[in-house]
Order: sequence, then structure tokens, then C-alpha cells
Amino acid sequence: MTLLSIENLHATVADKPILKGLSLSIGAGEVHAIMGPNGAGKSTLGYVLGGRPGYEVTDGSVQFDGQDLLALEPFERAAAGLFLGFQYPVEIPGVSFVQFLRESLNSQRRSRDLAPLSGGEFLKLAREKAALLGLDMEMLKRPVNVGFSGGEKKRAEMVQMGILGPKLAVLDETDSGLDIDALRVVGDGINAVMRAPDKAVLLITHYQRLLDYVKPDFVHVLAGGRIVRTGGPELALELEAHGYEAVAA
Amino acid sequence: MSQALALPTRRDEAFRYADLASLAPLWPVVAERIVLGAGEERAVAIAHTGDRPLARELVVELAAGAKFALHLLGAGTAYGRFSLTVTLGAGAEFTFGAAQLAAAGQTLEVVTRVIHAAPDAVSRQTVRSVAANKGVVNYLGKVLVEKGSDGTDGSQSVRAMLLDRTATANAKPELEIHADDVKCAHGCAVGELDANALFYMAQRGLPPELAKQLMLQAFVAEAFVGAAEEESLLATALEALGDML
Repeated sequence: MTLLSIENLHATVADKPILKGLSLSIGAGEVHAIMGPNGAGKSTLGYVLGGRPGYEVTDGSVQFDGQDLLALEPFERAAAGLFLGFQYPVEIPGVSFVQFLRESLNSQRRSRDLAPLSGGEFLKLAREKAALLGLDMEMLKRPVNVGFSGGEKKRAEMVQMGILGPKLAVLDETDSGLDIDALRVVGDGINAVMRAPDKAVLLITHYQRLLDYVKPDFVHVLAGGRIVRTGGPELALELEAHGYEAVAA
Repeated sequence: MSQALALPTRRDEAFRYADLASLAPLWPVVAERIVLGAGEERAVAIAHTGDRPLARELVVELAAGAKFALHLLGAGTAYGRFSLTVTLGAGAEFTFGAAQLAAAGQTLEVVTRVIHAAPDAVSRQTVRSVAANKGVVNYLGKVLVEKGSDGTDGSQSVRAMLLDRTATANAKPELEIHADDVKCAHGCAVGELDANALFYMAQRGLPPELAKQLMLQAFVAEAFVGAAEEESLLATALEALGDML
């Protein structure tokens, strides 16, 4: 079953064309990796899917789990099951992770006609997911991302993913800022949370190293705003060995 | 009619941004005196809500070592003005936290004059204002450190959040220092809710009103830290924020 279907997507940022006819199809149960040089449009793809203001779609379509994704507001996209792991998670002073995530999860649940979780039920879930990703539960009592190191922010992103339980996770350079041990923990976490027949992952990354832990079924090369090559896991190794220019040319 | 009872005009600095039409029926405002003796401590919390205009003038005198904490919430739908003159004796402490939430067309203002009249006194002012839909929030605050008031420690932290382009914030923190050994800090910022944070919160599933409410709640809470009635002030503020968004 196709979970995400992107057709001929064109998008601009501040009137500058960034995505120029990108097409990509992701089936349930699959892990895809998008690799590509700086400025290729990798992060833009993530933001366009998430609906970030300022990222304007000028042509093309995106179907997500049977819905027109582009017609939904950002919070509705989240409720529909799309999770965007941020390259630079945002700090929100004065708002604790626990409060933020409980409100977020319960907003999503309400939109699916599910009963909201009580404080106790939520904490149990949060504790379980924090343990899975090796994040101290105490950190979730602190304001969102404030004072977190780069690696802690990325772990916290994964804990959020675990708690919210999306159908599709688009993870934008989740491996940046992680040391080798943290990379393994995060990689194992992604597998534990997202490796399921009804879920899918789109990893946006510069490097092969995360792919050692989260094995992709498909690897795509994004250059100049389009997918220029698609292959299996071996394509990532080829890129690593020969560089984008040689492979994408 | 004596000069003192005449309605102020915009030429009077302390009334420069006031809603004079709403003030007129309340004028003249009779000053309320609060006097604390040496070493005495008192905490006062005032919430102005509802649809009736209000103007109060408090004149506070703190004797040596006295401690006074005043927390204010200005919300509702009508004009609100709090004018404070606080004189601190040696080693006295004045803590002031105010949150102003101005909705449609409403003006809310705080005017303070804090006088360090003796050494080693401490004054802390934290003002957090939110304005929406032609709402106006004002803070005019002067800290005066008199000659010989060494060891003074005064701070003013003033921030305002504008929820749309029609809202206005006027902020004027002022320092006048006539002593040598003093520590006076003031910070002042007027801004909008962080668009990056709003998108981040939306991406986790929070509808915009709820995301804004969470951020504003945290913002306003800074004014009530340590208040005796922190929870009830926050609850009232939260309700007012819900009405604004």
C-alpha cells in the first residue's frame, strides 16, 4: 500500500524555486533515504511536507494515506500521522516537554475521536519511550529543548516520535550532532518505533553512517530539486565512495 | 476647580498613552497609601477583570528592612491603570510583577516610580504584556536612586508580545541614579510570538490557538513567579488569554 505519493512537486522559498518536479512514492513498511549535496532541496522537501509557512507549493500533488496532504493545515498533517524530525529542534522557554507533548498527543487523539490520555497514562507512555531512546525522564520535565545539547535535542525528537506514534516519519538530518554511541541508540530507536508493516520512514541525510543502523529499502539522490537516481542500499555506499557529483551526473 | 483635580492631558508624561476618555469619569483618582514599618512584610495581589474601567494610584512607603510584594493582573475588556509610587528605606525590598492582557481596543497601563531613598534596598519589577486587536499596553517605569543610596539593587524586566499588527505596546523603563555604588539592570523588548516555535508546535499536532496559548501562558507566568496567589492569578490570566485568542 502506498503511504506517501509525491507527484511532480514544485516549491519555492521567497520566490526562489527549490523543488523542481520531485516525484517519490513510499509504501507502508518501507524505509527510504534521501541523500544529496547541500542546497539540493532536502530540508525544503521536509518543510513542504510539514506545511511550514513561507514554503510555497507552485505545482504538483502530495497524497498521504489517502488524503490530499497539501490541503491540510500543519497541525492537521500531524494528526493525519506525519511526523517531521527537525534538523534544528526549536526551544520553547517556559513550556515543559511533558505539557507540550501531552497537549499535542491529546489534540491528535481528539481529531481521531479517541479519548485524551490522563496525566498518569501520558507519563507512563512518556517514561517508556524515553527509556527506549536513552533519555533521562527528568529532561522531559524541563522546557522544550531549552539548554539541551545538540545530541539531546535529537534524542528528544525521537522520544517525541515514539510518543506521538506517527505513520510516516520524515527525519531531517537526525544523525547530525550525534556521537557514535548516540547514533546507535537513535538508530535502534527509529527501528523500534517505526519498523512496522503500517509505518514508513523517510531519512534525509548527508552521510551513510545512520544507514548502518537504519537499513533503507530505497536510496534516492536529490539534486537540483529533483530525484535524479534511485537504488537500493548499495547506492548510499556508492555515493560515499565516489561523491554526489560522480553519482548524480 | 483646583489645578490638582484637572484631568491630565497627553502632555503629562505619565498620561502620554492613557485612554483619557475612559479615565475622565474616574478622575480625580484618590491615592491609596500603604505604609510598612521597619521589618514588616506584606504581599498583595490584585486582578482587574470584567468590563468596568479602573484607575488606582498606590503610594507605598517601606521603612528599613520592610518587604512588599505586589502582583497585578490586568485583563477584562475595559481601561485599566495602576500608578505606583514606592519609596524604599534602607535594606527594604520591593517585588513587583504585572501581567497586562489587552484585548479589542482596550488600553492597560502600569506607571511606576520606584525611589531608592536609602542604601541597600532592592527593587525587582517584572512586567509582561500581551496585546491583540487594537489593544494597547503601556509601561512607564522610573527607578530613582537618590544621593547616598549606595548598595542599591534595582531591576526592570519589561516585555510585550503583540499578537497582530494592529496592537500597540509602549514601554519606557527609565533610570535616574545619583549614587555611586549601585546595580541597576533594565531590559525591554517588544515582539511577536516566535513563528518557528509555532510551526514546531503545529507539527506535533497542536492547533494554532492552543500553541499560542501555551506560549503566552509561559510568558505571562514570568510576572507571577513567587506570588502568594500565583496559581489563581495564572488561572485567571489563562482564562483571559483563551478569550483573546
